[in-house]
Amino acid sequence: MLEIKNLYAKAGEKEILKGINLQVNAGEVHAIMGPNGSGKSTLAHVLAGRDGFVSTAGSVLFEKKDLLAMTPETRAREGVFLALQYPVEIPGITNTYFLRAAVNAIRKYRGLEEMDPMEFLPWVREKAKLVSMDQAMMSRSVNDGFSGGEKKRNEILQMVVLEPKLAILDETDSGLDIDALQIVAKGINALRNKERAMLVITHYQRLLNYIEPDVVHVLFDGRIVKSGGKELALELEKKGYGWIEEEVKSARPVSVA
Amino acid sequence: MIGLINKQDYTVSEFERIERDLSGSKLAWVKAIRKSAMSRFLKLGFPTRRNEHWQFTDIRPITEIPFKLGMKVDFDVTRAREIIAAYPFGAIPSHQLVFVNGNYSPELSSLQGGDDFVVGNLATFLETDLQDVVESHLARYADVENHAFTALNTAFFHDGAFIRLPKGRAVNLPVHLIFVSSALHEPLVSHPRVLIVAEPDAQAAIIESYIGQNGEITFTNSVTEIAVGENARIDHYKLEWESPKALNIHTIQVQQDRNSRFTSHSISAGGALVRNDLNVIQAAEGTESTLNGLTLLAGRQHVDNHTTIDHTKSHGTSRELYKGVLDGSSQAIFNGTIIVRPNAQKTDAMQTNKNLLLSERGLVNSKPELQIYANDVKCKHGATVGQIDPDQMFYLRARGLGEMEARRLLIHAFASEMISRLELEPLRVSMEVFISNWLVSDRRDSSDVETE
Repeated sequence: MLEIKNLYAKAGEKEILKGINLQVNAGEVHAIMGPNGSGKSTLAHVLAGRDGFVSTAGSVLFEKKDLLAMTPETRAREGVFLALQYPVEIPGITNTYFLRAAVNAIRKYRGLEEMDPMEFLPWVREKAKLVSMDQAMMSRSVNDGFSGGEKKRNEILQMVVLEPKLAILDETDSGLDIDALQIVAKGINALRNKERAMLVITHYQRLLNYIEPDVVHVLFDGRIVKSGGKELALELEKKGYGWIEEEVKSARPVSVA
Repeated sequence: MIGLINKQDYTVSEFERIERDLSGSKLAWVKAIRKSAMSRFLKLGFPTRRNEHWQFTDIRPITEIPFKLGMKVDFDVTRAREIIAAYPFGAIPSHQLVFVNGNYSPELSSLQGGDDFVVGNLATFLETDLQDVVESHLARYADVENHAFTALNTAFFHDGAFIRLPKGRAVNLPVHLIFVSSALHEPLVSHPRVLIVAEPDAQAAIIESYIGQNGEITFTNSVTEIAVGENARIDHYKLEWESPKALNIHTIQVQQDRNSRFTSHSISAGGALVRNDLNVIQAAEGTESTLNGLTLLAGRQHVDNHTTIDHTKSHGTSRELYKGVLDGSSQAIFNGTIIVRPNAQKTDAMQTNKNLLLSERGLVNSKPELQIYANDVKCKHGATVGQIDPDQMFYLRARGLGEMEARRLLIHAFASEMISRLELEPLRVSMEVFISNWLVSDRRDSSDVETE
């Protein structure tokens, strides 16, 4: 479903990704772990098409189509979803209105009929239960005045409602207490199926107790330096990222000025 | 050449000739008011940009276009009816009074039954036994001494509205004053005058709509005086929806008595050059003033909002929020003065001005003026000018919304805070529709007044 080949990318002026290779198939959940500054969020933003994150070499194919050539909205309509680490607040637009506008934009693209409010409201209310979101939150402005946990739950609700083919979760677990983490994990697990792929980006292993990955990758200095099964995540949890750094340094000759 | 109102014609002899045909010309007190206003106007002259309150607004189109007095010109009722029908808020259930180029139109007006209070055109009341009430309020509040356009209006007003709410009366339907500017053949000027007197414990909503036909050059110079009695409540709406070539100068002067509440909603979407002076005097203790403003500008439109809230007594509250959305090469000015007099302890005042620029050619001048002479007060102010937030844009697009749709949604979100404050539901609903249409409209540089 997703094929990343030798991807180089900049965040602003700075080269962050330095040759990423990654293949994710339908039905798989891949975890991407790595220390701060390794390029995890940059990868997420390059895949979603955020301004300021520009690929300089390599390619990304999504269902055999050139993902990097698409606008952010086309990527979303094709089925790519990014749950943001820092969801944006939009005062003046209610959550319900926003969700319906998003659902209808995507339905329209796929040649489906748009949903009217009468049809949409009961449908979205059911979905909201999955992430324990009440009616009051649905009528509030998007993320406006939401707590950290509420914002993350809102991201998951959007994902549940938009039913993407590929979900990229950027540090969805950061800043969550254990209750919120369980709610978020429940929402994510509810979406797992053999047609859908997920890329779970996280600094800690904690989330992976709830969402069991098929593959774990370690990102370091803009490259995937190690891949393995879920036991790799446990090893990282125990030993930290220091040993990865050592391994990388010993394997790669360091240029000395 | 009767009634030509351009610069060189503002002379005492011209005034005296015109005055004979104005309403109340047989009443000594009216004559006295007009005469002193005229002499004051001649001393003041039209303001130039050297006057600090006019530094961002060049009024030369007003002095250079030869405007003819609208009261001298017959108007076409059918045409005025069409203009009202095309107006988004023309059908709001109300007690409706319509004026065309300053002339009262009984055919287009409709006063609904059920609410027992005094409402009608001002000229008529100058000839009834209520003229004593009119006399005790008219021209008692608006500042003729320092404001040339107020002086000009006071000298030349012919008609307008008089509303008197008896003690304790709550009027259910809003009063809607519609001022139609219609100048098919030549530029016309009118000087509407509105007087609203709310006696203690009375309550009403009053809408003033200024509307016109696309492309017609008109100049409307209005003065509204509002006396809000003890514990009374007035909600006032000024809706500027004139032709993109229209000029509109409007002073609203409000006098608030003890524990009264006054709320203003000023929405400017029309006109080429619009100047709103909104002056609120909290003349007694415990008064509340809320000033809401929204400007939606495109092309070369220019809207200048000057507000003053004068806290003269203790325990007064004021809340002011003005928002501007500017497209094209439009210009918005916000000048908000808050005065807290030495006796106005425990004043709680807050002023905010926020602007959203949709193009690189838009221009905002925002200037708060706080004059605080009391020590135990809360006063806050803030102003912002910004563009559409790129993070919000990305967020919406990342959820599948197209660029145009995302942009519209964000502009709407910015304006919606003001719309949600409109307490009259039919007005709020119509405003939602208007904004949605405005956002998808082709806002070309249609406003254009030649100054050369």
